[in-house]
Amino acid sequence: MRIVKPKQLEQLAAGYRKTAGKHKKTVTVCCGTGCLAKGAQKIVDAFEECLNRRKVKDFDVEAVKKTGCHGFCEQGPLVVIEPQGIFYTKVKPKDIESIIEKSIENDEVIEKLLYTNPQDGRKIEKYSDIPFYSHQRRIALRNVGKIVPSDIREYIAVDGYKALAKVLTTMTPDQVIDEITKSELRGRGGGGFSAGKKWRTCRNVAADVRYVICNGDEGDPGAFMDCSIMEGDPHSVLEGMIICAFAVGAKQGYIYVRDEYPLAGIRLQKAIAASEEYGLLGDKILGTDFSFSIRLSRGAGAFVCGESSALMRSVAGEVGEPRAKYIHSVVKGLYDLPTVLNNVETFVNVPVIINSGADWFKKIGVAKNSGTKAFSLVGKVRNTGLIEVAMGTTMREIIYDIGGGIIDGRTFKGVQTGGPSGGCLPETQLDLPVDFDSLTKAGSMMGSGGMIIMDDKTCMVDVARYFLNFLVSESCGKCVPCREGLYQLHKLTEKICEGNGTEEDIEKMEKLSQQIVVGSLCGLGKSGPKPLLSTIKYYRDEYLAHIRDKKCPAGVCKNLIAYRVIPETCTGCMACVNACVYQAITGRKKEPQVINPDICQKCGACAAVCKYNAIEVS
Amino acid sequence: MTHKLDKLPEIFARHPQDPSSLIMVLQDIQQEYRYLPCEALLQTASVLGVKLSKVFSVATFYNAFGLAPKGEKVVRICVGTACHIRGGALIKDQIEHHLGIKAGQTTGDMKFSIEVVACVGACAMAPVVIVNDKYHGEVSVGNATRLLKG
Repeated sequence: MRIVKPKQLEQLAAGYRKTAGKHKKTVTVCCGTGCLAKGAQKIVDAFEECLNRRKVKDFDVEAVKKTGCHGFCEQGPLVVIEPQGIFYTKVKPKDIESIIEKSIENDEVIEKLLYTNPQDGRKIEKYSDIPFYSHQRRIALRNVGKIVPSDIREYIAVDGYKALAKVLTTMTPDQVIDEITKSELRGRGGGGFSAGKKWRTCRNVAADVRYVICNGDEGDPGAFMDCSIMEGDPHSVLEGMIICAFAVGAKQGYIYVRDEYPLAGIRLQKAIAASEEYGLLGDKILGTDFSFSIRLSRGAGAFVCGESSALMRSVAGEVGEPRAKYIHSVVKGLYDLPTVLNNVETFVNVPVIINSGADWFKKIGVAKNSGTKAFSLVGKVRNTGLIEVAMGTTMREIIYDIGGGIIDGRTFKGVQTGGPSGGCLPETQLDLPVDFDSLTKAGSMMGSGGMIIMDDKTCMVDVARYFLNFLVSESCGKCVPCREGLYQLHKLTEKICEGNGTEEDIEKMEKLSQQIVVGSLCGLGKSGPKPLLSTIKYYRDEYLAHIRDKKCPAGVCKNLIAYRVIPETCTGCMACVNACVYQAITGRKKEPQVINPDICQKCGACAAVCKYNAIEVS
Repeated sequence: MTHKLDKLPEIFARHPQDPSSLIMVLQDIQQEYRYLPCEALLQTASVLGVKLSKVFSVATFYNAFGLAPKGEKVVRICVGTACHIRGGALIKDQIEHHLGIKAGQTTGDMKFSIEVVACVGACAMAPVVIVNDKYHGEVSVGNATRLLKG
């Protein structure tokens, strides 16, 4: 099947929609990494098995769609019945028979599979009414969880590649760049640089060969938005890239995918092959004179390769060491040729802007921060998952309205954004609008979109130590201030966590941080001290508690805590005794147990298994 | 051990034989043998026309490559931020203690290897442990070692 005229694409889309319309209902089963781990494949198999056994009018196996991530991973495996939008959570294979009987053959709703609103215990039938979804605005994630990612026809049916056809038939490259510039789309990878400006600079460089690269090296620990997009809607990524290539005049593109995302690589490879077969990628796209191909380039597990110049070296098969920034990669990038590098989320916004117009896009969000931003909302929040909100939404709305507040009714302590290059923000900053500029001003950064919620059981010194440890192992080692400086910072945080820190250590760390920022070439070093500095800024008391009182208020730092059995609460069930691999707990059955502090390794296994909250950390 | 390397010609044939294929070739070798045997690095250098020192530098720069053989079961413990604050480090300690090895090592009987990985993109079900490509979410110190059985 090769499309040689843009008109054909429209006919195909109409045809696919008609075929899909023969089913009176469709079922989407979330097959994102989270739901798959919770058994989504067994749900799909159960549907298949059941439908092989019984005939259902206007419904068959084809109407059961394996989609990308629906976002609400907490409640998985998820099943949605469309067009009604009935949302079933925590579905088990044994539920399938009754889903088919009640909700497919008839229009009944199965109460027990519905989502329960934790605030009032009310059952909610439709996903659009669930607070987790109703406060979101989905643009980048528009198709994720709705279409079958491995089937190009599904994408075409939802107006996929329509923007590409529009660009190729009615617009000049300059008009495309103007439209993107006008939309004020900023790079979603973290830096927030204007995509339009980047494209314009690349086009203006005199060169015969230019490249377009998609950065799918989502290295920030705690972030999986791009992963979900690549897995759940790979064709949107390709379409954005092809439009960019047309605008800047590139013939070759690369998608650099993290090694840790094997499924994303497979889906993209399949999508590339399908769009080549349909004439949407490769030679003479849609029968025009424009040709462009994309190759998949797999990363090999190096955080620094998310940095533009390091990434380009890695694509060329070399060690991913960044280079000085005074030569921009948009002028001299891959193989020293002009290269546009945007991240996954940036590219998927492009087709929408082309279809709906820059003016429409600008109306979403706030001034200079147009559109939406996807986040992975994780950590100590009740509703963990993948979300997307209009820029300018406050942290409070995200954490409490969408996230449902903190788990186990605990208190909020901080939110970390921007990964190892970002910072932690305390409760006083909860009403901060989430956009590029506000977050940077507050001492954090947007980053690619990891949003990690922390409660009173999270130690902020430990968080700083955690990020420094990560950066020490990921620093490429080229710049001494980064390589050695971060190492020293890590040692100092360790010293504080062990209860041996002094107040001068804080000053020393602040001073050293400044030197690292000035003396490093790339973002890893330049922003590496941020998690530390932001925690010192907002949680100095906690540092002082470690230093002066030799206490870890959150009960995390092993040297400063002790586990104890509360004799009055302990039932003597022996669960902790069996869980303790160090054999530090002794006592008779049905009598209070005792933890021997000399043997206890503070692993927390006893507290994890105790059903009576009889283990105390002090 | 040389008989094991009979897949190499096929791996080399999949990629253009020039220096830019280095990472991809090493990835395929890693995938096939689950580590990079020394002899394979020598052959890669000569086939792609890259200095052995460069092959070694790439092989040791990236976390995905390993120079030592792996155990039958590779236990990958996610220590991404979300996993960390939900107790990932405690789980790592637990598994290390149970197997008597540290992350990055393999048991003497070649049954288990422990690796740590900074985020596998499954943060919503933190903490996560992956045993031979099977994802386990919401692991706790109470049940971590159970994943190693079966």
